[in-house]
This record gives sequence, structure tokens and C-alpha cells, in this order.
Amino acid sequence: MTVAANAVLPPPSKRRPVSWGNPLTYALALAVAAVSIAPVVYVIVGGFRTTPQIVANPAGLPDPWVFDNYARVLTQSDFWGQAFNSAVIALGTTLGVVVLGVCAAFVLARYTFRGREALYTFFTLGLLFPAGAAILPLYLMLRDLNLINSYYAVILPQIAFALPLTIVILRPFLAAIPRELEDAAAIDGTGRLGFLWLIVLPLSRPALVTVGILAFVASWNAFLLPLLVLGDVNLHTLPLGVQNFSSQYTSDTAGILAFTSLAMLPALLFFTFAEKQIVGGLQGAVKG
Amino acid sequence: MTSTNSTLNPAGGASAPPAGLRPARRRPSSRGAENRRKWYEIIGLTTPAVIVYVMFVLVPMGFAVYYSLFRWRGVGPPTDFVGFDNYVLAFEDPIFLDALRNNAIIVVGSLLIQGPIALGVALLLNRRFRGRTVFRLLVFVPYVLAEVTVGIMWKLILTDGGTVDALMRSLGLGGLVQAWLADLDVVIWTLLFVLTWKYVGFAIILLLAGLSNVPHELTEAAAIDGASWWQVQRHITLPLLGPTIRIWMFLSMIGSLQVFDVIWVTSVSSVRSLGASATMATYMVDNGFFARLWGYGNAVAVILFVISFVAALLFQRFLLRRDIQGAITRRVN
Repeated sequence: MTVAANAVLPPPSKRRPVSWGNPLTYALALAVAAVSIAPVVYVIVGGFRTTPQIVANPAGLPDPWVFDNYARVLTQSDFWGQAFNSAVIALGTTLGVVVLGVCAAFVLARYTFRGREALYTFFTLGLLFPAGAAILPLYLMLRDLNLINSYYAVILPQIAFALPLTIVILRPFLAAIPRELEDAAAIDGTGRLGFLWLIVLPLSRPALVTVGILAFVASWNAFLLPLLVLGDVNLHTLPLGVQNFSSQYTSDTAGILAFTSLAMLPALLFFTFAEKQIVGGLQGAVKG
Repeated sequence: MTSTNSTLNPAGGASAPPAGLRPARRRPSSRGAENRRKWYEIIGLTTPAVIVYVMFVLVPMGFAVYYSLFRWRGVGPPTDFVGFDNYVLAFEDPIFLDALRNNAIIVVGSLLIQGPIALGVALLLNRRFRGRTVFRLLVFVPYVLAEVTVGIMWKLILTDGGTVDALMRSLGLGGLVQAWLADLDVVIWTLLFVLTWKYVGFAIILLLAGLSNVPHELTEAAAIDGASWWQVQRHITLPLLGPTIRIWMFLSMIGSLQVFDVIWVTSVSSVRSLGASATMATYMVDNGFFARLWGYGNAVAVILFVISFVAALLFQRFLLRRDIQGAITRRVN
């Protein structure tokens, strides 16, 4: 739940008793959930079969269950190295997005100056066109800067792509922090920067976590940019790894299923913990 | 800072009479210094973001326009100026026109299919029942998975004689089995299905966030006045969701225009190069990056950019404007 949302929403209705819904609700919800996760379950379970089993009966269950595919991926493939690269790039991107985003959004939310709205529009322009369109010239530029085949070649553009959305989400949030708090801080002798550091950052943690999660997930899942700028196999991230593995071992269906399962596991775990935060953080944003 | 100021300005100590105003944090005589400091802060805090954004989003876009005017293989500086020839070539290439058509199918198909499904599921999952949180999590799963993972996953499931085929045969639908990802007439619809499965969760997330902003008082009051569940949704919830729906449509449209990952890993390159499953983005990467036709690829990049930008501006102008201005409590239908 966000500060901004709290200020506008009616009191949370947690006290209301949660009832068992009617059977139709459950039937529909079950059907929807099944469609969503059946393919995922199929892939995870399929990783416990052998390729001959899969070929003989594509829709069957493992019989017997084999753990060899998963063990093979974890010990013999480049899975760990790719997971490490993904983590470095995603963490770097997240840190950059949050730091640069909160600084810019703070100025756009709490300073009055000529050109403020122009600067805001300038950033929001980035929402109007797909960053993917700039990928070819971006590659050429990174090549000229000698950044190809480095983490920076992915991190810096990803920060840039994520900034518009970050600023759009953070600005109303930072603007909603009461003026009185800023005045009180000023009376206590704290400047605007102290106000940012001591009051704004702690208060806006939910929004920062939301933009951080969005940036992290986008970076973790990114494919096109890494595909173009990370030619060095040792720098490959997990999405590249999944694609490499599946085109390299085409006949090893069970192995591909295992690799794909392992690659999606971090995202699934991460999202399970972060789901509430994302929905809560978006409430402020969709209000506009 | 304060001590520095009072030495510079002996007249104004801490006890300088503020003439009935609230405690002055900016003394009149140090206004200039204060103002300068404000600008230092503004510039200091925004410059890093501006630099990164300009350098890695706007400058490349500018270079794309420049490079697109040359026939250039990417080695040395571009010298072979050809004007708008690359653009003409693109619009004369049937594969590119196919890519445009496929993008149109994906944009329209996504909006028409995902919108109603997401609305239905969001209204369903907005009802209070035990285990609702778990169902919400399960529905979001496809959205959080990497596009590449989703692509590979469906490629394995949809392969000839694979799971989908086996399931359909066991259900007696063997006659409907297709070469899902290899048949030139079928592949784009298969991909539309995969994209729908992948992205409908995003629409649901946004709509659920929007629904949580609909005041309970309103819907409860209507229910007490005898409105049916459907009437409440139709006359109260949906109108209040208008802005959320339009923001989703906007994001979905922009996303559909640049769709790349799922298509790239799912469709066989021969199918793609025949245009059956190409999109503007895959066409751009195939030609610009892998075929090293840098001038031509950049022309395609500019076309992709212009189409997205114009579509976004039109959308913004005609549909989103009132959302940006307005409160969500205003009736919008």
C-alpha cells in the first residue's frame, strides 16, 4: 500500500469477513489459473522425464521420475555463470534506475522553477516510443564507445529505457508528501537535500521498491539488447543462455525443459514475494 | 551555511525581525545565494538522469535518422548517401509489408482479445473469496516469465507431434492439428495466442490496481438500492475503470508495435524470413544487424519509431488527455 494511495483510499476494509465464494466463482477462478500455469507446470514436470519418454507420450507424466536433466544443467552447463551475469546486470540496472530516478523525480516534484514542466514532458516523451526502435544505432554507438561486451553496454541503456516510467510513477508520489514536513525540516535547519535524504527517501520506500522491482524484472528478462551487445559467451545472461541451450541441444528435449524451468525459477520466486508491492505501487500510478 | 551567511550579512542575524512572517528560512538579503543554491541542486540532481536518458535513448534515435540516409555496411563512416532510397526499398519489400500487417494483427488482436478477458478475470478476482490471493498470483505467472522462456516453452509444446497435437488427438480433434509454428498461414495466429497468454496478466494487474481504487461505498450503496451485480459493474465499476483501461490500451499498443523476443525465439527463421511471422522489430534486426545492412536497418528503425510515435500521439490526443487532466471520479462514458 502506498502513501499516496492511503491518502485517497477509504479506510482499508480488512475487518470485513472474508467468505467462501460461491462454487461458480471457484470454478471460473480454477479454470483461469489452470490456463495460466498448465504450460509452466508441463515444462517443470517435463524436466523430470527423459527425451524418449517425451517422444513416446508427449502429454504424459514422468515414469519413473528422473533428476538427471536438472543435475546435468546445474553441473555441466553455463547456468551458474549466466545467472551470475543476469544478477550483476539486473542489480546494477535497478540501483541506477532508483538513484537517478528518485533524484530527477524529487526535483520535478518539490522544486518550482522555470522549465519544470518542459523537463517533465521531455522525460515522458520516452514513454511515447519503443526503446527497441533505437537498438541498432545504440549498438553502433556502444561499439564506437568500446563498450560492447561489457556489463555497461546493457546496464546503461536499460537505466535510460526505464527512467521515463520511473519518473512518471515517482513524481506524484513524492509530490504527495505534505508540505508541512518540508517546512518542519526547514525550521529544524535541514536543507532540501537533507529533507530528501532524511524524510523523503524513508517515506517513499514503497514507491522506490515498486520501481526497483519493475526495473529488476525488465532487466532480468531482457533479451534483444543483450543479444546484440554481448557477443562474448562468458557474459551471456540467462535469457541468452536459454536460447543458446535450446538451439545447441535441439534433440535433448528433456534437457531444454530442465534448463527452461531453472531459468524461470528465480523470476517466479521473486515475483511471489513482490506481487503485493507491485499492485500496491501501481495504484498510485494508474490514478494518474 | 547559516554562519557563512551571517558573516556576509552582518545586518541579519538569527534575531533579525521577520516582520510577522513565519520563521524565515531565506533571509531577503541572501536570496541571490539561496536562488543560486537552488539551481545548483536542480542541476546537480537532474543532470545524471538527463545525460543517461539523452545519450542512450535520444541520441541513438537521431543517429538512426542520419544513418538511414546512407547505403552503409557499418564499416568506416557512412559515405554512400542515397537519400530516402532505403525507405522506398522498405515499402517495396513484400516481407516488410507482411511485417507491418503482422504488427497490425498483433496490435488489434491484443486489444480485442486481452481486454475483455482481462476485464472478466479482474472482476472475478476482485470478488472476496478465500484463496483469492493465490489465484491472483497464479494468473500473473505468465507475465513475470521472461519472453525467451515463454517462447522456448511454447515452441516445445507446439512442436509437430508434441503435447498440443497429442492432447488434441486424444480429444478427437486430430483433424484440427496444424503445423502451428511452420504453416505460413497459421503461424501468426499461433503467435497471437502465445502473446495473449503471456501479456493478459499485465492487463489484469493494472485493472486490479484500478479496481482497488473504486470506492466500496459506491458499489455497496448501489447494491443496497437494489442494483444487480451486473448493473453495479456496468454503471459504476466500468466507468470508473475507464482511465485504467485506456492506459493499458496505450501500453499494450506500444508494446505490440515493438514485439520482438517471443517471435524471435518461437518462429523458425525461414518462416520469419518469408514474412509469415516477421514483425517490424524482427525484420529490423534480421536486416540491420545480422545481414549487416546498417543503413537499411536504421531506415526500418525510423519507420518503426515514427509509426509508434504517431500512434502514441493520436492516442494521447484523443483518448488519454482527459485522464491526464481529470479525476477518476468523473464519469467518462
